Amino acid sequence: MSEASVAKRPAAPARHLGPAGYLVCMSGIVGRELLRFVQQKERFLSALVRPLVWLFIFAAGFRSTLGVSIIPPYETYVLYEVYVTPGLAVMIQLFNGMQSSLSMVYDREVGSMRVLLTSPFPRWYLLLSKLVAGVSVSLAQVYVFLAIARLWEVDIPPMGYLTALPAFILTGLMLGAIGLVISSLIRQLENFASVMNFVIFPMFFASSALYPLWRIRDASETLYIVCLLNPFTHAVELVRNALYGVFEPQAFAVVLGTTIVFFALAVVAYDPGRGIMGRRGGPKGEAA
Amino acid sequence: MSDGVQVPALEIEAVSHAFGARRALDGVSLTVPDGRFVALLGPNGAGKTTLFSLATRLYATREGRVRIFGHDLSRAPSAALAELGVVFQSRTLDLDLSVRQNLAYHGALHGMAGREVKARIAELLALVGLADRVDDKVRTLSGGQSRRVEIARALIHRPRLLLLDEATVGLDLPSRSAIVEIVRRLVEEEGLAVLWATHIFDEVRADDLIYVLDKGRIIAHGTAREVTGAHLRPADERAPDGPTAALEAAFRAMTAARAEDAA
Repeated sequence: MSEASVAKRPAAPARHLGPAGYLVCMSGIVGRELLRFVQQKERFLSALVRPLVWLFIFAAGFRSTLGVSIIPPYETYVLYEVYVTPGLAVMIQLFNGMQSSLSMVYDREVGSMRVLLTSPFPRWYLLLSKLVAGVSVSLAQVYVFLAIARLWEVDIPPMGYLTALPAFILTGLMLGAIGLVISSLIRQLENFASVMNFVIFPMFFASSALYPLWRIRDASETLYIVCLLNPFTHAVELVRNALYGVFEPQAFAVVLGTTIVFFALAVVAYDPGRGIMGRRGGPKGEAA
Repeated sequence: MSDGVQVPALEIEAVSHAFGARRALDGVSLTVPDGRFVALLGPNGAGKTTLFSLATRLYATREGRVRIFGHDLSRAPSAALAELGVVFQSRTLDLDLSVRQNLAYHGALHGMAGREVKARIAELLALVGLADRVDDKVRTLSGGQSRRVEIARALIHRPRLLLLDEATVGLDLPSRSAIVEIVRRLVEEEGLAVLWATHIFDEVRADDLIYVLDKGRIIAHGTAREVTGAHLRPADERAPDGPTAALEAAFRAMTAARAEDAA
């Protein structure tokens, strides 16, 4: 019986694992993320409200107390709102990166991670596609934020929106890669509060997002060094300069290097032979 | 069962796996011949899900080997995974996306797009009897219906081996038999090889190949009839009613014997 039925179908099915297949796979993963993002209107709203609260309330309040003198890339005195806008845009990406990393923890719990990993494409490529998907979502959020900020006297040269795009892509990849590594360390979803406390807040506050580094140096040399070591500072500076058409090589090097290191760590963490899946992916009742 | 030169669909060879100190699988070997329905029977916690995780390369096989149509899962994962469709025990569809979007996403994971994937979706949804639900959100489907969508999804890339981990768990009787019927038909008409993990004995027929997994070890294998015959004393055999009850009684006899050995 089995011999007869086997003859009815082609011996080996058609395979789609060439370069075109890679592209299809990535766009499928990105497309799913964007579709899910469009479905979750609250997520979009909260991603926007957070930086807008900072911009409209915090920055407006500190406008008079915090004068920002002329520092590159600005050519004149700028309003405090103008100064914080790049930092807030990258903050959107920071939250987004951490959120997509947490969605990976969620995916691992509900099993859609298992489905993703049955894809015949290499695992590093699937992770990269996940990263690109997260970045696409963050870009949508960032540009809507910048559009609203423009109505609030934050005038960025029109070309700046374009020149900042590669910077935003790179910073998004960096923060997403950091998120991936963190997702491999988290066992359960409830730990978002810890991620806020131990990752998001320190990264955001110990950076040049809210105040220029020279002002921090005035206050504390140690804090200044911490800020310099923080990759988030360099992400903000890369974007700040790019928004004014300036390429900042040092920030670029740090952001690129951090991206590569964290992505490599994530690939190791998700490697079936070494990382978390073997230790922590154990099913309920069968694992230790 | 003369398989001759045919390469088996799935070959699991002396696989062991431990989570920390706990051995979830201990020297498990199992073969699914091409085009056959094989049942993996075992109570919850026997190691079925761990075995599935290894067979789907969620984590690497450290001891032993897994081959899918001759492709070693560790050395040629891409070729092996391309032949494999999986239905996991947990529900893994995106609830807020439509049936079509879910299936298209899975097609993309296997490099399929455009007209080809569209045609395949239509074909498979017809097969599982859900052609009219293609644009509905998964959230609106019943448990049995979303299981059927998951079967369709697992088959998008035309795999020749389908693994199902407790596919009928939590479903009512009509949905369960609908799913069993679909999978049986795939084996008979399309020549698909199936590994069907379950703890429900009435899903197994007397001439199915079965493997009985208990506490991480295979404790019996053969056709359901052979296994039942070997482990039931003639006196017991008269008592249970029908093949299902006989198999269940045999299973109890086997696990009880092991418990005595351990004690």
